[in-house]
Amino acid sequence: MAMRLPLPGSEPAAPADDDFEKDLHTEHQLLNMGPSHPATHGTVKFLIELDGESIVDLDIQVGYLHRGFEKECESGTWYQAIPYTDRLNYNSAILANLGYVLAVEKLLGIEPPERCQWLRTMGGELSRMGDHLTRCGAACLELAAMTPFLYGIEARELVWDLQEMLCGARVTSNYIRIGGVKHDLAPDFPAKCRDAIVKIRALLRDFDDVITSNRIFVDRLKDTGVISREDCLRWAVTGPILRSAGVGLDLRKQAPYLMYDQLDFDIPVGEVGDNYDRYLVCVEEMQQSLRIVEQCLTRLEKLGPGPVNTLDPRVRWPAKGRVFNRMEELIQQFKSVTEGPRVPAGEAYHAIESANGELGFYVVSDGSAVPVKVRCRPPSFINLPPMRKMLKGALLADLIPTFDFINMVGGECDR
Amino acid sequence: MEDFGSPALRRLLELFPNAIEATHAAFGDATAQVERGSLLEIMRALRDEPALAFEMLTDVTAVDYLGETPRFEMVYHLYSVARNHRVRIKSRVPEQDPEIVSLVPLWPSADWMEREVWDLYGIRFRGHPDLRRILLYEEFEGHPLRKDYPKEKRQPLIGPRN
Repeated sequence: MAMRLPLPGSEPAAPADDDFEKDLHTEHQLLNMGPSHPATHGTVKFLIELDGESIVDLDIQVGYLHRGFEKECESGTWYQAIPYTDRLNYNSAILANLGYVLAVEKLLGIEPPERCQWLRTMGGELSRMGDHLTRCGAACLELAAMTPFLYGIEARELVWDLQEMLCGARVTSNYIRIGGVKHDLAPDFPAKCRDAIVKIRALLRDFDDVITSNRIFVDRLKDTGVISREDCLRWAVTGPILRSAGVGLDLRKQAPYLMYDQLDFDIPVGEVGDNYDRYLVCVEEMQQSLRIVEQCLTRLEKLGPGPVNTLDPRVRWPAKGRVFNRMEELIQQFKSVTEGPRVPAGEAYHAIESANGELGFYVVSDGSAVPVKVRCRPPSFINLPPMRKMLKGALLADLIPTFDFINMVGGECDR
Repeated sequence: MEDFGSPALRRLLELFPNAIEATHAAFGDATAQVERGSLLEIMRALRDEPALAFEMLTDVTAVDYLGETPRFEMVYHLYSVARNHRVRIKSRVPEQDPEIVSLVPLWPSADWMEREVWDLYGIRFRGHPDLRRILLYEEFEGHPLRKDYPKEKRQPLIGPRN
């Protein structure tokens, strides 16, 4: 618009308001984000239709990390599927092991010894903590807050050290076995774990101090990526996203497995269902996980030493001394190693509360040593599509925190 | 047919005595096998009946029983938050006509999971708004989770898409 010069002796003319407020015609543009973009920390592609800076529509394209999890499981023995489950959600590998093994044990009808149940509960909670630390830390990093990310990663490092003591691996920690765990605790584990808990609590306090009421952080999270309770249920969203929308669904309480019915812990629930609530839910869940780990340690010490594996000969190898000296055990060992356990025919579904929500495994056996079907119900895959609804009409910048707190993990989403 | 003490199965048997082909509750999972033609009606009742109130379609998958007729089986897992109960609904799909009704009108969560079943098993969903491949790429030949798809099979190279 050409500016009209004020005529001499008259008041300067006010600019005609309608000209400024007139909606300038812009064409919608299509923007490809990913599949390899720093903010997608995984491989996912967003095809975004933009009107200026607002998201008009969004197509989420997954599958870049598909490696045939189910097909591989269907071509090995029941045991050989366990390492593949580590690689589903590599942030919380023990939880993925656990989901699969509990489903297989349901078919086999095996109840592992009590000590093993406590170890599994504790391992699972350490894993959950590692996952939440990664999620909250990475979210801070992507919102340009470097310091809390480093606090989070330092705490995760402590968790990974503990996982390494449990099973020898830091990331793809393959800890759970059918009918038991890999091995019992190292003698110095309880002391090191208590020490780590104190340090993690201090780091979480620092994390909280530096970011939770930071103005920039709060402004970017509050009222972004909102989803209602009803929409969560229709989209079958579970985990922290559902709880942040005000539904206190946690399978550790609703359908207790392992030792969760004997433990004292709370389920944090949000109100609004925005990213800030999700952040608060995750932070509180870490505190609750620390409480659970402490209780598990106390109960393990009270329980004293004992077996950590089932005695069921279908899944357990015989003692080495007997294998070397007796014919029957030698045959049993040979069959266990070359064929693997035979699982009774039938179908079973078992769901656990993983860090992202309901992680279910639907397993079908025809009575042989090879599964007919191992279906993983991946929370990452199922929590992702409502993101389109969350972001319609939002700003492009809101995509980053929303995607962070959905915590889509490529390995689990694409399988 | 028996309801095995499951309120969901009991109500289903009352409502649809003719459409339910079999029930079982092995390993504690209440399961009903239903006729393919009545799936949408049955699912609608599971969602809307106050005594059932299955707000969540948690999981959709298929199993390939190669050599049996009908060959495929669709498996749906439902969960009710209000009543804290679960049910599994199954329906057989023949090889010659691998098609079943889409549940997207009832639960939007069916969208991606049905796309995945189409992608990996080649079962079509009637009424699905956007039935594209999801985990694999458009040029992929065949449906790899079918039991007659060899694991070692190579796919042709594809050029850049422009």
